[in-house]
This record gives sequence, C-alpha cells and structure tokens, in this order.
Amino acid sequence: MKIRNDSGPVKWVLIGISALFLFVMLILPLVYVVFTALRDGLDSYAKAVTDPYALKAIGLTVKVTVITVLVNSAFGLFAAWLLTRYSFRGKGVLAALTDLPLSISPIIAGLVFLLMFGRQSFLYPFLDANNIRIVFAQPGIVLATIFVTLPFISRELIPVLNAVGTEEEEAAALMGAKGFYIFTQITFPHIRWAFFYGVVLCAARAMGEFGAVSVLSGHLNGLTNTMPLYIELLYQGFDFTGAFAMSSILIVMAVLILILRNILEYRGKKELEI
Amino acid sequence: MNNSNNKKKSYVIPGFRLSFGIVTGFLGLFVVIPLCVLALYSLELSFDEFIANVTSPRVFASYRTSISTAFTASLVNAVMGLMIAWVLVRYRFPGKRLMDGMIELPFALPTAVAGIALTHLTVTEGWIGRIFAKFGVSVAYTRIGITIALIFIGIPFVVRSVQPVLEKLEPEFEEAAATLGASPAYTFFHVILPEIFPSLFAGFSMAFARCIGEYGSVVFIAGNTPYETEITPLIIMAKLQEFDYASATSIALVMLLLSFFILFVNAIVQIRAAKLT
Repeated sequence: MKIRNDSGPVKWVLIGISALFLFVMLILPLVYVVFTALRDGLDSYAKAVTDPYALKAIGLTVKVTVITVLVNSAFGLFAAWLLTRYSFRGKGVLAALTDLPLSISPIIAGLVFLLMFGRQSFLYPFLDANNIRIVFAQPGIVLATIFVTLPFISRELIPVLNAVGTEEEEAAALMGAKGFYIFTQITFPHIRWAFFYGVVLCAARAMGEFGAVSVLSGHLNGLTNTMPLYIELLYQGFDFTGAFAMSSILIVMAVLILILRNILEYRGKKELEI
Repeated sequence: MNNSNNKKKSYVIPGFRLSFGIVTGFLGLFVVIPLCVLALYSLELSFDEFIANVTSPRVFASYRTSISTAFTASLVNAVMGLMIAWVLVRYRFPGKRLMDGMIELPFALPTAVAGIALTHLTVTEGWIGRIFAKFGVSVAYTRIGITIALIFIGIPFVVRSVQPVLEKLEPEFEEAAATLGASPAYTFFHVILPEIFPSLFAGFSMAFARCIGEYGSVVFIAGNTPYETEITPLIIMAKLQEFDYASATSIALVMLLLSFFILFVNAIVQIRAAKLT
C-alpha cells in the first residue's frame, strides 16, 4: 500500500470532518453515559449495579452469550468449511441462507420464534403437555439470539479459508489423514485469529441484542430480563442513574471488545503475510 | 478440485457429508422453517384483509417514516463512510490507528445503550440538543432524531466495505489521469469513484437494510408518535403486545419483502459491476 503524501489543505479538511463526525457520533455518547452514571457519586453507582435484579440480568446475559457463542462457533466452523472446501449444487443458496439473518429485522426474528412456539402454534399442545416453555422464557431468548448472530463467525472465516486455499488439506488427505486431524492440525492454525475475531463479534451482538429478545422475553424482571431489557425498564421508570450505570458496564465491554478486535485483526494480518 | 463429469461426486478432503448435514439441518431448523411459518401464518388472513392491514393509514405512514429516515441515514453514511475510508487509506496522521479502531463501535455497543445515550444528548437540554435548540430545531423525538440513531448504527458498513477496495486500487490510473492534465476532482469522480462504486453501493444497501429493521436504538429517540415518528418495527411490536399476531405477521412479511428487494438490487449491481471488469 502506497500512501500518497499530498499534504494540501484538502487533506486536513477531510481528516478534520471525519474526526469531528466520529467524535460526535461515537465518542460523545460513551462519555455521556459514563458521566451520567457517575454523576450521583460512586455509592449510587455501586448500588445500581449490585441491585439483585441487576445481578440477575447480568447473569442471564452472560448465560445467553455463552450458549450462543458455543452454538454459533460450531455452526460457523462447519458452514465456512462446507462453503469453501467443496463445490456442489445449491451452494449459493446455502451461502445466502447463512447470511440472511443479517438483513432481517430483529423484531421479525423474534416474531418468527413467537409464531413457532407460542400459544397459537401447532407445536403448542405438545410443548404444553411436556411443560416446555420457550416463549416468554429463557429458551426463547437464546433461540432469538442464536438466530440474530448466526452468520457472524462464518463470515469472518470464509475469506480467510478462501485465501489459504486447499492444497495443504488435500495433501494431508491423500496421505491418509482423517478429517478431524486435518482440521485441528492444518486448517485451524490458519483461521484461529479470524475465528476468535468472529467469536468476539458474536459475543458482542449476543450481549447487546435488544429487539429480538424483547419480543420473546415477556419482561419478567429477575427471570427473563437481559441487561439491555433491564436498562430499558430502568429508563422507562426514569431511573437514569441506574440505566446509565448498567449501560456503562456494557460500554466497558464494548471498548474491551474493540481493543481485542484490533489485536486479533493485527495478528491475523501478520500471519497471512508470513 | 473435483471432476464435474462424475455423477457421484467424491472429494479429496473428507467430511463433506457431515458438514453438509449439519449446516443444512441447522439452517432448516433456524432459518427456513421459521420463515415458512411466518409466511404460512400470514395466510390466516384473507387477501383483502391482508391488503387492508398492510396499507392502513397508520401502517403506511410508518413505512414512509422508516424508509425516508433509513434512506437519509444511509446516504449520509455513504458520503461520510467514503470520506473516512479515504482518510484512513490515503493519509498519514496522528491518531489514525485510533480512528480505524473505533469504526466498529456500533457493532460492539448494544443498540439500547446507544439509543438512550443519543436521546439524552439530543433533547433540548442535552449537550448537542442545546446547540440545535438555538436554531429552533428539536432533534430528539423527531424524524431527525431517528435519522441520527440510524446514522450511528450504519457507520461501519460503508467504511468497511469501501476501505479494502480503496487499498487495492492501483495508483497507475490516477497518475495517468494526472499526467494527462485532469484535476484532482475530475480524477476522483471519473477515475476513482467508478472503481469503488460497487463496494460503496454494497455498503450503502447493507446499511439501508439494517436501518430499516433497526429497533433498539430508535425506539428511545423516536418519541413514537403515530403517523409522525412511528417506525414499522415499532408497529409490529405494538401489534404483538396487543396479541394481534395476524396483523403483526402481515406487516412483517411486507418488511421482509422490502429487505429481499434491497438485497436483490444490490446483487444485480454487483453482478453488472463484475461483468464490466
């Protein structure tokens, strides 16, 4: 990459506008949240984030995020492997279906699971008889979150797998290596940074998903309220200190995720260059 | 990699059946069946009822609000995203790595948090709202507020779609244009822009599709006044809370078709661009 050093006024005007735009749109909201959260002092901040309902919401968010990341890691690895290592009829359709959740409104994502497992569903008599609760319970939240973050990991893996090519794996296979061995010994070392990056993105979205979860949660405080839903509840009750205090936890997570993202991207790039 | 004449395909790399089975099974359970259920459920209404439902004045007004704000926000992001990508690729300046690193913040930050923060900043007493209030413009609880929330959501799409293409752009064309006496502006619009247009359009349409469906960040700042600042996802949500699943589903189906239409237009633009080169 060649950097042209035309240091005319145009350069600094463009940099200035970009920096101002990003400062107002991205930095200012973060600063504002932290400022408001701490406005009433550290004591009320600590009280807000250690409230029993707040702790329950944090616990549920962690649980949902962990399950989602595990399920989507497995799916993402298989999907990326399938879409880059074989050619078959209908591959384009599978690729499009994998990416589809990205362009579906979270509200619709919630709605489809509501229709599938809710009271009016053909499955409902069966679910009810077996005492399985999905809608307005934690399984629904998990399902919706998995749906919304479905493509996150495969999207990071596919370009890297395409760039790496299949020669090494074919050679290993011809020499008699089994699939699992090929994957762990040859493929995974190439894609691990991209994979971790996908996991980070997936976790970030899973933690913060609001619309889809909002449809399916039923908003039972302490039971089916995730952190974003709990923040909404506090906000609507005009408890701004509480809402911003909880938000500040998510902001710290977001900043950590960004730092991690940059480290992973840097390491991944370095490895591809070698 | 494999012999396409063979009817029965066999691959050198093992694991095709396993991964094919897992991926199709998973997609079937999580994507295909749920969307089919959505389509089937909307059949509970007769055709006339369906049309009446999705074209009622309040719903229609919400399409207008959703589409106009999402379109404006994506347009702003197309311009700003192109500028930011340009600055990040072409210039060297202090703080560049930081600027590059923060682009994904809207992906990392929960939308509800962004929503309440932007709302508080843009109410008339807020840090930003105060400035606008001097000119008699209120931001929060108007369409301007919705647009601002959607701009926030859409920032990474255009930057990350244009940036890699701009990086790969060979300097020869620009140098040739400059040698032939073209002004920098002429070079930009006639040499560089056509090259990066497909990626710009891809970023724009991805942002547009995302913004039309966005809920979390908008619902706080919108004010949600019927006919004015009520977005379509909010109408669906309201119908669900009234347990009017049939109406909610029919409106959702219209939104889904709109997303498919955006994806389709983008696919056509990308295919045509690929053919030209």
